[in-house]
Amino acid sequence: MNAAAYPEDLKYHPEHDWARVEGDEAVFGITWYAQDALGEVVFYEPPAVGTTVDKDKPYTELESVKAVSEIFAPLSGEIVAVNEALGDAPEAINSDPYGEGWLVRIKVNDPSELDALMDSAAYQAMLDG
Amino acid sequence: MSPQTAPPSTAEVPTAQQRDHATTIYERSVPGRRAADLPAAGVPETPIEELIPKSLLRERPAELPEIAEPEIVRHYNRLSRRNFDLDTGMYPLGSCTMKHNPRLNERVAALPGHARLHPAQDPRRAQGALELMWNLQQSLAEICGLPHVSLQPSAGSHGELAGLLLTRAYHADRGEQRTKVLTPDTAHGTNPATVSMAGYEVVRVATSEQGGVDMDDLREKADDQVACLMLTNPNTLGLFDENIAEIAEILHSVGGTLYYDGANLNAIMGRSRPGDMGFDIVHVNLHKSFSQPHGGGGPGSGPIAVSDRIEPFLPKPQVVRTSEGNGSGPTFDLDYDRPKAIGRLRGFQGNFGVFVRSYAYILSLGGDGLQEASETSVLNANYLLSRLSEGRTGKYLPLGVDRRPMHEFVLSASKAKDDLGVKTLDIAKRILDFGFHPPTVYFPLLIEEALLMEPTETETRETLDDFADTLEAVLEEAESDPAIVTGAPYTTPVRRLDEAGAARDPVIRQPLG
Repeated sequence: MNAAAYPEDLKYHPEHDWARVEGDEAVFGITWYAQDALGEVVFYEPPAVGTTVDKDKPYTELESVKAVSEIFAPLSGEIVAVNEALGDAPEAINSDPYGEGWLVRIKVNDPSELDALMDSAAYQAMLDG
Repeated sequence: MSPQTAPPSTAEVPTAQQRDHATTIYERSVPGRRAADLPAAGVPETPIEELIPKSLLRERPAELPEIAEPEIVRHYNRLSRRNFDLDTGMYPLGSCTMKHNPRLNERVAALPGHARLHPAQDPRRAQGALELMWNLQQSLAEICGLPHVSLQPSAGSHGELAGLLLTRAYHADRGEQRTKVLTPDTAHGTNPATVSMAGYEVVRVATSEQGGVDMDDLREKADDQVACLMLTNPNTLGLFDENIAEIAEILHSVGGTLYYDGANLNAIMGRSRPGDMGFDIVHVNLHKSFSQPHGGGGPGSGPIAVSDRIEPFLPKPQVVRTSEGNGSGPTFDLDYDRPKAIGRLRGFQGNFGVFVRSYAYILSLGGDGLQEASETSVLNANYLLSRLSEGRTGKYLPLGVDRRPMHEFVLSASKAKDDLGVKTLDIAKRILDFGFHPPTVYFPLLIEEALLMEPTETETRETLDDFADTLEAVLEEAESDPAIVTGAPYTTPVRRLDEAGAARDPVIRQPLG
């Protein structure tokens, strides 16, 4: 397992999700802390492209050796792409949570929602608190 | 094994059991071998084709293992030694009540009149069995504080499903259709699973700082679409919810039912009753509180006890007693005339032996004895907790919610993970080398790195001390060399299993022969 890391270019949600904004789109995934707490992920079924996700609401589930957990959307929008590769290799969520382990890409509805998310330092302060 | 004789802490030469891969009986089969030599039939044989229609006949013989009797005995004996069970050592699996299974119960259940009773026996020829079932119903009704009992559900989860079907029937009878069922986030996983299975929507209720139901969250979520609240009290944190009367009032004020998951009944028998707390439906795990073997040791049973308003919907048939006026004493029967019943939950009560064992347990302890069992289970848990609050266990494994628990408690290994690099799973694996079954791990979910421990009333103080000393010894090992703990177990028939691999790529077929 890789070491704990919280990249500076991401925005963080208190339910341990990250968003990387790219133009009017954003990529979602779970943080290093989340994958470490879940343990080895054994199953992920991507949601359908075209599905609407709402900020702070669950949009999919991950199954680890410990439990099935809901994954929360850090921003609202419509899913434009999903990481199909995770269907066969969910372990990428553990080994590379910010890269190969991305979950979905959405078209962002309301960029102002970003203001409510944390930067890396604030998220790490929340974890330490 | 006590910590004074610490088990191996490295993977040296594999043990005989580790070298001997477990096999199935089919892999030991050799064509032509037999366990018995049957004499020729003394009556003329009728060709099987004349007895069974051709469409139902096999085209080739069934693939049955062919094996001699000594090899059969050795095979199953060898498998049994690869198991960990209550007869081997302490099994503190939380919310499972792994108490001793008294041998008296086995003797009674094995009596031919009990063991050889045919499931299709006419009720007039099975009066003793029906009387036992009726008496067990009366006992459970008294323990639960609810007047009506059905013994039909086969397990706790089956009792839960029955409870929700009863709830739906109750509301339907009043011309209502409700959509939601509330479960706390400390609930057993079977609760939300049952809710989904019964066609309701699961609505989670948060847990308060004190470890009980978050009353504000409950008030907000309790509306006229809520059919039921499913609750365990004490809950899976081992904490008794002191707001239970108010919780019941909130549910009843919106017309919902209150369901008691009896998994933790062992904490309160004879001290408080779910019916008095305001619950409408209770399931009882005979294989937990009432000493029936479980966890692979025997069939389960999840009888339900209900209030008057739920009674018309109980499954059929019900065991009933009718008093004969001619002085011949009461007779017992199966009552199918229940027009509002939710139906049948199983074809036959093939788990009758469970009723015999549980009734024997109740009679041998009596009311006072059951109360003492519950009190001792709470005392044992609190004694163990006080031992674990000292030393390294106190430092690295603090209580998940810092409140005095009842019959079980949850420790968190978060500090052990951060400070020593050993997780709950590692500690659980290492104590296997010391001869203890691990507690429940990673549950309830809201406590990080949870270890849920329930010693039950049947462990001695010496065993509880050994267990506490073992956890202390494991943490001492982790301080000096965490690899000892993260590499465990070393002495078990199989070592650390690839759980993720098993879940990602399960092998669920066993080729025959």
